[in-house]
Amino acid sequence: MNRPHRGAAGSRGLGTMEVKSKFGAEFRRFSLERSKPGKFEEFYGLLQHVHKIPNVDVLVGYTDIHGDLLPINNDDNYHKAVSTANPLLRIFIQRKEDADYSAFGTDTMTRKKNVLSNVLRPDNHKKKPHIVISMPQDFRPVSSIIDVDILPETHRRVRLYKYGTDKPLGFYIRDGSSVRVTPHGLEKVPGIFISRLVPGGLAQSTGLLAVNDEVLEVNGIEVSGKSLDQVTDMMIANSRNLIITVRPANQRNNVVRNSRTSGSSGQSTESSLPSSMPNILANSLQGEEESDEEDIIIEDSGEPQQIPKATPTSESLESLTQIELLHESTQNGFLPSSEMNLNHSTGSVSMEYEVQDPDHRSLEEDGTIITL
Amino acid sequence: MRRFLRPGHDPVRERLKRDLFQFNKTVEHGFPHQPSALGYSPFLRLMAIGTRSGAIKLYGAPGVEFMGLHEENNTVMQIHFIPDQCQLVTLLDDNSLHLWSLKQHSGASELREEHRFTLKGPPGSPPSATQVTAVLPHSSREVLYLGTESGNIFVVELPSFRVLEDRTITSEAVLQRVPEDYCNRRSCELVEALQEHPKNPDQILIGYSRGLIVLWDLQNSKVTHHFLGSQQLENLYWQRDGSKFISCHYDGSYTQWPVSSDNRQPEPLENLVPYGPFPCKAISKIYWQTTKNGLPYIIFQGGMPRASYGDRHSISVVHGSQQTAFDFTSRVIDFFIIFSSEPAAEFDDPSAMVVLAEEELVVIDLKTAGWPAVHPPYLASLHCSAITCSHHVSNIPLKLWERIISAGSKQNIHYSNMPWPIDGGTNIAPDPPQRDLLLTGHEDGTVRFWDASGVCLHLLYKLSTVRVFLTDADPNDNMNTLGEDEWPPLRKVGTFDPYSDDPRLGIQKIYLCKYSGYLAVAGTAGQVLVMELNDEDAEHVVDHAEADLLQDQEGYRWKGHEKLKTRDGPVRFEAGFQPFVLVQCQPPAVVTSLALHSEWKLVAFGTSHGFGLFDHQQKRLVFVKCTLHPSDQLALEGPLSRVKSLKKSLRQSFRRIRRSRVSSRKRRGGSGNASEVQEANAKFDQDALQEMELAPVQRKIEARSAEDSFTGFVRTLYFADTFLRDSSRHCPSLWAGTNGGTVYAFCLRVPPAERRMDEPVRAEQAKEIQLMHRAPVVGILVLDGRSTPLPEPLEVAHDLSKSPDMQGSHQLLVVSEEQFKVFTLPKVSSKLKLKLTALEGCRVRKVTVANFGSCKTDDYSENDLAVLTNLGDIQIISLPFLKLQIRYPCIRKEDVSGIASCVFTKCGQGFYLISPSEFERFSLSTKWLVEPRCIVDMPEVTSNNHVHNKSGMDNTARKS
Repeated sequence: MNRPHRGAAGSRGLGTMEVKSKFGAEFRRFSLERSKPGKFEEFYGLLQHVHKIPNVDVLVGYTDIHGDLLPINNDDNYHKAVSTANPLLRIFIQRKEDADYSAFGTDTMTRKKNVLSNVLRPDNHKKKPHIVISMPQDFRPVSSIIDVDILPETHRRVRLYKYGTDKPLGFYIRDGSSVRVTPHGLEKVPGIFISRLVPGGLAQSTGLLAVNDEVLEVNGIEVSGKSLDQVTDMMIANSRNLIITVRPANQRNNVVRNSRTSGSSGQSTESSLPSSMPNILANSLQGEEESDEEDIIIEDSGEPQQIPKATPTSESLESLTQIELLHESTQNGFLPSSEMNLNHSTGSVSMEYEVQDPDHRSLEEDGTIITL
Repeated sequence: MRRFLRPGHDPVRERLKRDLFQFNKTVEHGFPHQPSALGYSPFLRLMAIGTRSGAIKLYGAPGVEFMGLHEENNTVMQIHFIPDQCQLVTLLDDNSLHLWSLKQHSGASELREEHRFTLKGPPGSPPSATQVTAVLPHSSREVLYLGTESGNIFVVELPSFRVLEDRTITSEAVLQRVPEDYCNRRSCELVEALQEHPKNPDQILIGYSRGLIVLWDLQNSKVTHHFLGSQQLENLYWQRDGSKFISCHYDGSYTQWPVSSDNRQPEPLENLVPYGPFPCKAISKIYWQTTKNGLPYIIFQGGMPRASYGDRHSISVVHGSQQTAFDFTSRVIDFFIIFSSEPAAEFDDPSAMVVLAEEELVVIDLKTAGWPAVHPPYLASLHCSAITCSHHVSNIPLKLWERIISAGSKQNIHYSNMPWPIDGGTNIAPDPPQRDLLLTGHEDGTVRFWDASGVCLHLLYKLSTVRVFLTDADPNDNMNTLGEDEWPPLRKVGTFDPYSDDPRLGIQKIYLCKYSGYLAVAGTAGQVLVMELNDEDAEHVVDHAEADLLQDQEGYRWKGHEKLKTRDGPVRFEAGFQPFVLVQCQPPAVVTSLALHSEWKLVAFGTSHGFGLFDHQQKRLVFVKCTLHPSDQLALEGPLSRVKSLKKSLRQSFRRIRRSRVSSRKRRGGSGNASEVQEANAKFDQDALQEMELAPVQRKIEARSAEDSFTGFVRTLYFADTFLRDSSRHCPSLWAGTNGGTVYAFCLRVPPAERRMDEPVRAEQAKEIQLMHRAPVVGILVLDGRSTPLPEPLEVAHDLSKSPDMQGSHQLLVVSEEQFKVFTLPKVSSKLKLKLTALEGCRVRKVTVANFGSCKTDDYSENDLAVLTNLGDIQIISLPFLKLQIRYPCIRKEDVSGIASCVFTKCGQGFYLISPSEFERFSLSTKWLVEPRCIVDMPEVTSNNHVHNKSGMDNTARKS
């Protein structure tokens, strides 16, 4: 393939461009006027003509400078292909009926050989359903399991990210009763349970919540002793950043925790969770401010903008005491989370978490603390 | 997580909190819900009312009030005072008897239950054998006679309730000497009435239900007289001298019987069916009162002709040729006559008749010609038309107070001048610290002004807005005009009238400026009236304007009620508050918020569609702002389409009640009697719902969105003079908060006083804040440079408040149902917040700034927010740092109407409805506490300390 490459380089100066087109196992070479590439339809006709396949519907693709296989199906991407071809325009033609769509897309370079082999050997090529898969970094997370290291294995803390999307949170809760181990033996106590997941809702799409899971906490506040309506109101009030701690009805998918990893936070070994999930989620349970939770102001009928935080003046004393308290507890030392037992309270969970992971302590929690 | 970081309790602040805050339910105002029994002690001059939820309330002179609650929460059937004692016995519908006494404790009297007792028959006897039907406390004060269903009369000793079996009066003993033929016809039935002989305490009159009446001699344990009545007996009454008694019967007749030593089986003297000859209803109780002039008063309940007037609740008073059948608005529970109880007095000389009807107390002056009603100082029927809203104004200037009273006194001319006849006990509570007004808006378009300064909630003045409008009910069409010769001579008495001519007239919002006397009132059909206090009658035209809140938006159709039609031409108004401006919102949806600025002469009003500002000086609409979300069809269509959601919410509240039965029991034993009565009422209501079978409850978890219904609903309006545009110039402003979490701020330009009529008021929108949590905005407040809430209009001008600090920067406090947020002004940046719902799962229902003074030092006071949540808790939150100070459970969370009706005062008190007819008063402050404190002295028969309480041995106990 090197020889024609060099030859093409020589012809570049003439304003023409070398085209190497491949259909099945056959190659055709021809040249095009770089300045006047013409229309895609003409080019398509030309390809059919040179490959002698006048009545076959085909897909036309080219490899760009990054080695990605990109489609040519209109004037725009045809012109793009022509203008970026350096020095040679490599065209790949597939029959429409056995086209492999997955071959197209970014980052196909890494798979190039594979792609080429697919393209080259159409017989070999698997008929996959048409699924568009994109990369995780292109998306915001919709849910995560957090605080695995500090929670008992039977519990799961799930964070649902509502953002501004229209997708409903999509679940219902009900009253129920659960059995607790108390000093007086087993005791039936009232509890709150997930009663229904709305199909297509956020809760269902995460796969982390299920019907009959018992809700234990909402954003760090224990729900025991609270009525169904209170818990409903708490969840709705936190709906933009909802963190619910549940005891899943199905205990077989629990996160298996290695006690040695207890120092690091939020790293989940749950297989269903992409490993690229950001780790910043775990640092606070509630009260935390996110920019998308800020109110909006329109001044003098102008453009809406988010309301900034005021610089603190009078409350700084209180914030100081908070920080001091925090340091103090660090010195005193707290139980490592791995030794925590089932009977912990919410308060202790959060506190201990704060202490062991000072880098993540809730500096963004309150505007008054940030500035210190 | 912050709450875990909160530093420990600051001991100084904790101590201060104890000096500032304290929660008490102090007194119940209004008329007891579902009264079931009445009792009166001529000796103590106290009246007792029992209710179906087992409460017992004693009333004497204004301010003298006691309350007790039977643990069983059963209906109180009968109340009997023990003669010449501070004691009373109650009979409940579970056949238990309870002895209550008034005892002095640390300088004030208290009502306490001493003993309880249930009559037990021999084993194997039917329950009816001991079912008590009549109670007679004997004048010896040592025994109670208990007539039963079996016809036996048991004697129990007081106060031990020990049964004296040897003294039981069996029906066999009574029937021994009854003529054979009479006896065969009718066996002894239940004991209907027991009356002690007025002169001879050894004789009691026993009436059996089938008509037999006997006079029983206690000394010899035998019958002395037989009175062979032929009609089913209802009640008996002795004449004062004991020579005659009167019996009343089921067929509407009454009979006089002579009692003399020569005839042991007399024939009746007179038998009369007062409203015959056609069949009549029973006469259930009768009084025969002698007078000096010889003509007796015969007063009886019922007896109306069955066919044509059988549905009337009447009590007839006959005095010579005068006869009136008082026609009550609701069922008569019981009544008594106040008459001379001096034993030496020869005649009864009745002075007043006290009637307890199901919905109100009516007192008739029998001494004044025409028998006018007496205006009661307490037990007011708050619900004479259903209460739709309330508004409290503290510390009324004396001038306004007097003008309102004078306007009210002109309305009360038809009342008797008689001093309140039930005047036992002494009120020793300190005088109320200030004059407070509670204004209640009613379904019939009236506003009632109540003196809420002290223990007795007293009606001062009643304002009707109906006159401004054309309604179906013609005022000339008087239903009561009965001709002279009308028979029976019915006369309507009482004020209870739950039927509204037109629901659109209902009052929804009230705002009174106590300095200027301007009153703004807004109603169900989008009507806003601005009124001025005028001491004279006047006839004038009410200026009329319309505010189109939809502002020509296309495609909307209002499916609700039409706006009210107004009267053309001048209207005559009586002295008092007289409307001069009427603004009608279009569409005529219910007015949901109202604000009046008496200094700027502006009134702002909001509905579910938007809000508007009206200049009532120039009588010009300044602007309107539509807040409606285009997708909000529900708000557009009006109340008709809400029927479905109302149904849903009813269903949900039923479910809540059901679920909470367990938790409400747990909560019990809280703060004193008042809450216990409510618990009892609640239990009563819940029992009624018990059978309802309901589906399992689940709740949807969904974030609020901008498209939710009723987001445009204007929840709060607020006027403030503050820095809206820049920090150098402050200006008048109007703030509005909606159900969708939006706050609008308008900059106002109000011309100076000298050019006020020449230049128009201008308004321009300056800011719009959208709270991202989108919860309804329930309160907006501006704090001045010293973080003090801005004073009310004209407060500074009247030297009643320091001028606000305009040097330091102002802050804006926005209270939504879920969060409290403080923003800086004029540039809006968020400064502080308290996320109440996220932390506690409760939502803000009512919020007010209240001033709390320390009970220890006079010079310390602070402003805090008093907050009522949807769980019925009251929280106090500090200003300006939004720190939760204290929390008290106050109203049951299932009591939706109680929570909705709650109104806070400016000095840390509050009111809420515990029933349609009763306000509970509570206090959060250590300093301001209005509660009954009174003494009932035991009037010693020997030493006559209290002349008016002097009473003799004559205590004709009556069946109540």
